[in-house]
Amino acid sequence: MNVAIAGYSTTKFTLGQPSIENLLVSATKELFQNTKNLSQKDIDAVLVSTNNNKKYLAPILSELTGITPKIAQSIENMCNSGANSIVSGYSYIASEMADIVLVVGAEQAENSAQVLDWDVSRGEFTHPIFWGTMFTKAHKRKFGTTEEELAYVSALNHKNAQDNPAAYNTKAYTIEDIMNSKRLTEDLKLLDCSRSCSGSSAVLLVSENLAKKYTDSPVFISGIGQKTTSASFTKNDLTRLDSTIDAANQAYSMARIKADQVDVAEVHDAFSICELMILEDLGLVSKGNAGKLVLELYKTNDKKINPRGGLIGSGHPLGATGIAQIAEIASQLQGMSAKRQVKNAKIGLVQNMSAAATSSTVLVMRN
Amino acid sequence: MSFESELRQGRFTVGECEKCHKTSWPPSEFCSNCFGNLKYRPVKEPGILLECSSKDGTIFGIVKFEDSIKIIGTINGNVEQKPGQMMRVASCDFDKSPKFTFTKS
Ligand SMILES: [Zn+2]
Repeated sequence: MNVAIAGYSTTKFTLGQPSIENLLVSATKELFQNTKNLSQKDIDAVLVSTNNNKKYLAPILSELTGITPKIAQSIENMCNSGANSIVSGYSYIASEMADIVLVVGAEQAENSAQVLDWDVSRGEFTHPIFWGTMFTKAHKRKFGTTEEELAYVSALNHKNAQDNPAAYNTKAYTIEDIMNSKRLTEDLKLLDCSRSCSGSSAVLLVSENLAKKYTDSPVFISGIGQKTTSASFTKNDLTRLDSTIDAANQAYSMARIKADQVDVAEVHDAFSICELMILEDLGLVSKGNAGKLVLELYKTNDKKINPRGGLIGSGHPLGATGIAQIAEIASQLQGMSAKRQVKNAKIGLVQNMSAAATSSTVLVMRN
Repeated sequence: MSFESELRQGRFTVGECEKCHKTSWPPSEFCSNCFGNLKYRPVKEPGILLECSSKDGTIFGIVKFEDSIKIIGTINGNVEQKPGQMMRVASCDFDKSPKFTFTKS
């Protein structure tokens, strides 16, 4: 059974602090408004993607939106929760346990539940900037990556975010602004980092035979790859994201495509260095050359990578990020992305990951 | 005896399986290979520096001990070291998280 995306929504990301219920309901309301013929009674499963500590959110969301699903549950897997939830929804439909699955992701900006406090191998250096800085330093050392190349990653994402009405920040930044932004560590500046924010996003998954009832242009999930290598940052090789390499190979193989067939991609740029490593490890460019690719994308106004502005440009509401990435690629493949539109996009890719890439999900989508 | 309680005494230890003799890192109650009981013993030094960086003048780095025990700590004396440098533990403690200071071996 093929699985289609028949609707999606993303609310405006902000630095405010709406309740988690408000965030979940807002994305759901918007999805219902965007999707023709959709009725609450159609929905077999409600999956909530969040790191929030509140309990029982999928039944709560269902009740607040008048849905009485067979299946209702939360999925938490740090920053990768969104793509993981979509894979779970896909599985329910592929196994014919459900025909229609509503997946809603949400996160609040200020929320202690976003922190992974288990990883003792980080010693007292528990904050994500420390793994970000180690990845950056190692990439600089091995491939000669420069601070300017890293600044272009941030510039590209912020530039793309200007055309994304859901982005938390649509300000323009010059390379100088980025290079001169506050230095957080020897290898990371403030504008190299994505920022935790509040936001929500929803995707409606349906079995292929029902897709046309809800949309004139369904988008299909044609490849899925997932890999967990560990939960400890220090188990990683510092210049390579092994979980992303493995997940990408699985997804390409299932979709029967090669990396060079990807027309548009949303990748998990938690820090600028992550985008470079991901582009290399997805095979979109050879190892050590992602900096040059990003510079070219920037100079030619090419929106192929992170058309919505990625995590750095749009903001990073953890549980919503993967869903918002998927919503963007669905919109791109439908030709509905307005000023962000990549011309003639037929094959799209989403890469979402958690905790210094100790786990990754890669999805291939087609129209 | 556990990783945390030993660390509070300034001793850096690793669990070695009583059945299959493999070490388990990060610290755990049972062997991650065969679920056998672990016996905590001192980690063999020196280790090797894999990477380092700094924040506000404090240099920190990842050091690998034996084949698989990797941990982030402060570099003693704030002297930048190159990856590949042999390092030993100058001090260690536990207060909410493990705290390590490494020094050039
Ligand atoms: Zn064992």
